[in-house]
Amino acid sequence: MADVMNIQGHVRLGSNAGQSMTRRDGVLKVTGRATYAADNRPEGVLHAVTATAGIARGRVTHLDVAAAEAHPGVVKVYTPANRPDLAVSPDEKIHGFAWRTEALQDDTVRYAGQPIALVVAETLEAATEGARLLAPRYDADTPRIGLDGGVPFQPETVSIGASPTLEAGDMDAARAGAARHLETVIETAAQYHNALEPHAITARWTGDRLEIDTPNQAIGLAKQSFAAYLGIDPAQILIRSPFLGGGFGSKAILFGGQLLAILAAKDLDRPVKLALRREQMYGPVGHRPATRQTLKLDIDPQGHISALDHHTIAVTSSFDDFIESASNASHSVYATKAMRTTHGAVRADTGTPGPMRAPGEAPGSAALEVAIDDAAYAMGFDPLEFRLRNYAETDPATGMQFSSKALRECYAQAAEAFAWKDRPLEPGSMKQGRLLKGWGMGTAQFPCPMFQAAAHATLRADGSAVVETSAADMGQGAWTSLAQIAADGLGIDIDRLEFRSGQSSLPDAGVAGGSGHTATAGTALFNAGADTIRQLAELALNDPASPLFGADNAGVTARGGRLYRNDDDTRSEAYEDILARAGLDLLRGDGKGAREGEPERAMFSHGGVFAEVLVDPDLGQVRVSRLIGAFAAGRIVNPHLARSQLLGGMIWGIGFALQEEAIHDVRTGRFTNADLAGYHIPVNADVPMIEALTVHEDDPFVNSLGIKGVGELGVTGTVGAIGNAVWHATGIRPKRFPIHPESLI
Amino acid sequence: MTQILKLTINGTSQDIPIDDPRATLLDVLRERIGLTGTKKGCDRGQCGACTVLIDGRRINSCLALALSYDGAEITTVEGLAQGDLLHPVQAAFIEADGFQCGYCTPGQIMSAVALIAEGEAGLDPERVREGMSGNLCRCAAYAGITEAVLKATRAMNREDAA
Amino acid sequence: MNLFEYTRAETLDAAMSAATQDGAILAGGTNLLDLMKIGVISPTRLIDITRLPLHDIEEHDGGLLIGAMVRNADLARHPVILSRFPAVAEALLSGASAQLRNAASTGGNIMQQTRCSYFQDPLSPCNRREPGSGCAAIGGETRNHAILGWTEACIATHPSDLCVALAAYDAVVEIAGPDGLREVPMESFHPLPDANDAGPAPLQSDEIITHIRLPDPGGMARNARYVKLRERTSFAFAIVSAAAALEIQDGRIVQARLALGGVAARPWRARAAEKALAGQPPTEEAFARAADLALEGAAPSGDNRAKITLARRIAIRALIRAAAGTPDRLPALPASVFEGDCNG
Repeated sequence: MADVMNIQGHVRLGSNAGQSMTRRDGVLKVTGRATYAADNRPEGVLHAVTATAGIARGRVTHLDVAAAEAHPGVVKVYTPANRPDLAVSPDEKIHGFAWRTEALQDDTVRYAGQPIALVVAETLEAATEGARLLAPRYDADTPRIGLDGGVPFQPETVSIGASPTLEAGDMDAARAGAARHLETVIETAAQYHNALEPHAITARWTGDRLEIDTPNQAIGLAKQSFAAYLGIDPAQILIRSPFLGGGFGSKAILFGGQLLAILAAKDLDRPVKLALRREQMYGPVGHRPATRQTLKLDIDPQGHISALDHHTIAVTSSFDDFIESASNASHSVYATKAMRTTHGAVRADTGTPGPMRAPGEAPGSAALEVAIDDAAYAMGFDPLEFRLRNYAETDPATGMQFSSKALRECYAQAAEAFAWKDRPLEPGSMKQGRLLKGWGMGTAQFPCPMFQAAAHATLRADGSAVVETSAADMGQGAWTSLAQIAADGLGIDIDRLEFRSGQSSLPDAGVAGGSGHTATAGTALFNAGADTIRQLAELALNDPASPLFGADNAGVTARGGRLYRNDDDTRSEAYEDILARAGLDLLRGDGKGAREGEPERAMFSHGGVFAEVLVDPDLGQVRVSRLIGAFAAGRIVNPHLARSQLLGGMIWGIGFALQEEAIHDVRTGRFTNADLAGYHIPVNADVPMIEALTVHEDDPFVNSLGIKGVGELGVTGTVGAIGNAVWHATGIRPKRFPIHPESLI
Repeated sequence: MTQILKLTINGTSQDIPIDDPRATLLDVLRERIGLTGTKKGCDRGQCGACTVLIDGRRINSCLALALSYDGAEITTVEGLAQGDLLHPVQAAFIEADGFQCGYCTPGQIMSAVALIAEGEAGLDPERVREGMSGNLCRCAAYAGITEAVLKATRAMNREDAA
Repeated sequence: MNLFEYTRAETLDAAMSAATQDGAILAGGTNLLDLMKIGVISPTRLIDITRLPLHDIEEHDGGLLIGAMVRNADLARHPVILSRFPAVAEALLSGASAQLRNAASTGGNIMQQTRCSYFQDPLSPCNRREPGSGCAAIGGETRNHAILGWTEACIATHPSDLCVALAAYDAVVEIAGPDGLREVPMESFHPLPDANDAGPAPLQSDEIITHIRLPDPGGMARNARYVKLRERTSFAFAIVSAAAALEIQDGRIVQARLALGGVAARPWRARAAEKALAGQPPTEEAFARAADLALEGAAPSGDNRAKITLARRIAIRALIRAAAGTPDRLPALPASVFEGDCNG
């Protein structure tokens, strides 16, 4: 069997992966034929709209159900008084990746914008007005809002089950020998994912069978969760999620509105469609909470960090825990003799936070990079030189080797492209006309987790193939890059591959999150292909009629739809011929993707980001006039799409640094800017010049394909780079992100 | 009371019964006649996902009361390609990777078609960026969008010259 | 959105007679429908005036007569606007998005409501939305609120860019009503709040804006600019803004115009500053003194003291740019402090 194992273990990515292919779903997306959940219009569909709470804490005492039901077109109003039962309370944590949610379980209000009723009507207009006519009355308590208005507590875990504290080395000893002690306090604002596609669901029952169209980042898990809440067999549920109009973490969270739409569809025996209004996305579907971070750096006389202490206080809700693990972003970036990272939390009357693109890492990196920049200046070093001086050769948190780390090359390439070497040390040194100009940098780093994925690959009699896995493409390009990997696993051209994905009847591909989807689902697909080829090779090698017969010791290689003898390239056979002789129409293989055993290396993607800003000295307006990053993220499956991911992440950094902030009125707990006019995200004109370079990196440890991840990497480093550039322009260190014009005058 | 709305949509004249005066052009397109290519991102004129052309001009269909546009010519993203032949702007968006999740894309493309027709941005990237700033892209494919508009402008200039 | 009766008016008279106390005039709809969607207003009748013959821009006596239904985009592209009233074009093009400018009308731009988040939140007390209910903005989030002309009854600002430029150019609003025509200067069209309420509505329910009249700008035609401070490079309301126009002869300012945006419930015409500039050389020192006069009496209405500094500085910037002369072609980023400097 050695030769057969040889085939399976042979990770030669062929002519598919590594190519800059355009998106396989491109034509669907540019012609309007890509179908998102709310685009479904099943026969007889009813429209559902939730009514939401106008207080942040208290009880609903009255809903004018009669007025709503009297509105023409309204079919039914669901309130806690008449809502259908769930098998499990939405207040239960049904698993570690579930959020407590609201499905009208009672009259309690725990945040402004919480669903308190569902109105179902024949038209969207009628449902919308019906919800308004409910005119709720409340028994309101004083809301607890924000970092300073909430109730502090010590969390037992941060993020999803992570430890809130880490200590490495002897902090006291490390601090004792330091020449400088520097302290940086940075606040970051609450941010909302604001995917352009509002969360939506179209639910339809056929007898006991439930079909759901809803965008979801973890389809297999969602099926299990829906089944648990509804008390039905998961096999009775089909979730379709072929296109997600952006997710960024928020579409990994199930929310009560989905359950209510499903229950209403059952109750009314008609399909029901529900789409959140934009303002309704500020509450039940997660957000990045506000943080206050304190970084203490101790620097020795040679400019080496001897101790690093990062403490974060983050807001969570009154009823569930998701603690932004910002301090953990400091674990593995810079060398230090000792480190301590800790977290505290505050309960407030807000929706529960959740993972939002680079959770923990984005705000933590922002604070860390500002602190590092401050230290570099204090010690008289160029910011890049200081970072190189404190380059982590091994992971300071664990002492482990890095699986690969081409960060030096990233710094070098980005600095070269940016022309960083001419940067004056002193702030306020550069001008462009009336405007101040500043240059700043930051280090990008993001972990490389893997989850669990499964896939099937099936060769067909004509030598083409179909692969199946329930992956999610929320814009990262999974339909393309996963297909490229799958085609290589099968040794066929991608044009001969049918790629089936985005629905729950297929093998579970795990979560599209943590920047680990391509690595995880890709590994499963590649292995499924390899398993198929292994079986195909067995057929050929054992068949005296095959030109490959007897090649056992030499082994065979699959490419271009043929198997070739490794020792004689002239002896090969087409897949279809092998199958035909074996009398097979189909040949199926299975594959799994997961990391096996405890990691023995520290695994991260890396990058260096360099920003130029222009600042109006009188008016404080900032524009990021140049933004250049270079990133090393293992094998890049599709450079064209990876670049887009990195650029998108960097632009998220612009929003984080300069714009994004959800504001509550602390007296009522309601938002004052829960829309896209008041909550600013970057527009096209905010991005005059941006580039993401990728640095070659081979990583034999991260996984068999050598794939890291690029989805979140670009956000890290960038926020700090911009903040540091603003300082370099103005001499003003940001104390808070976003940086408002008022703080720069 | 149902009123009849006459619209020419993607070149085809239609009489559309409007059962509710509140219906926006966006909700008529999406929920009543099944042209779901046009997207709803904010429903308040703040994101541009619902951009369509009315009599050749780009507008936010979410803030257009359908009844007010009786007699208008509407072009949606479904009306750009001719059979399998993509409009140059559509082709350029694929080539330059001017989108990721694709949800804002119909609005971006309609906006770009209008921007090029307006003729004021030309090949000046800064004017293209400003002219496309009414279309938010949360995936932030802005560099690709700008490149796509410039590519398409050049392609359409060549077509005109030919 | 509540149910309403939809009526399309074919004539001005028909529009006025269809108008009722609880009705609303539908023009471009970009603000009206938005306010209806968020439940701020609930008219029972919409009178669609988009077909009224108010779509023309006519030249008269060196100035312009602009129909109320002229769309913002068409006004911004009009050759006389570009050549003689460039601050109007720049203000228009710095506002909203291309899509909104294609729909929004001139009259509607003037009639647009404040973006005060408490006005936009039907659950909050608001004297402007519901007279006598109070003002939730006071003591709340006031970054976007007034520093001039406010009272304890209302601290909202008017959000229009166009109106700021129109006020600087001495524009006049022509209004038709059942009793005939009346005219109101743009500068005073929007009432300021008084001690107890947000001020009367600028129009009676049966009145309709028909035209905006712009008088001859004379020697100010090519020394006029609009500058707008925003939180992002485009598609954002002003934190503060300013329109300035100057007539300069032989190194001296013959006449000056200055109006501020984002600071009050109306575009804030700075007449004392204009007067002080007359006869002065167009220097930054003179502009700074004028800006001090423009902000005389300014006071924070909450945690927004920085806006006083910003408004003063943006006035200076607008005057500096006006003195430097209007560029032949408006910058790539109209009214931006950056003007499209980074063409990467």
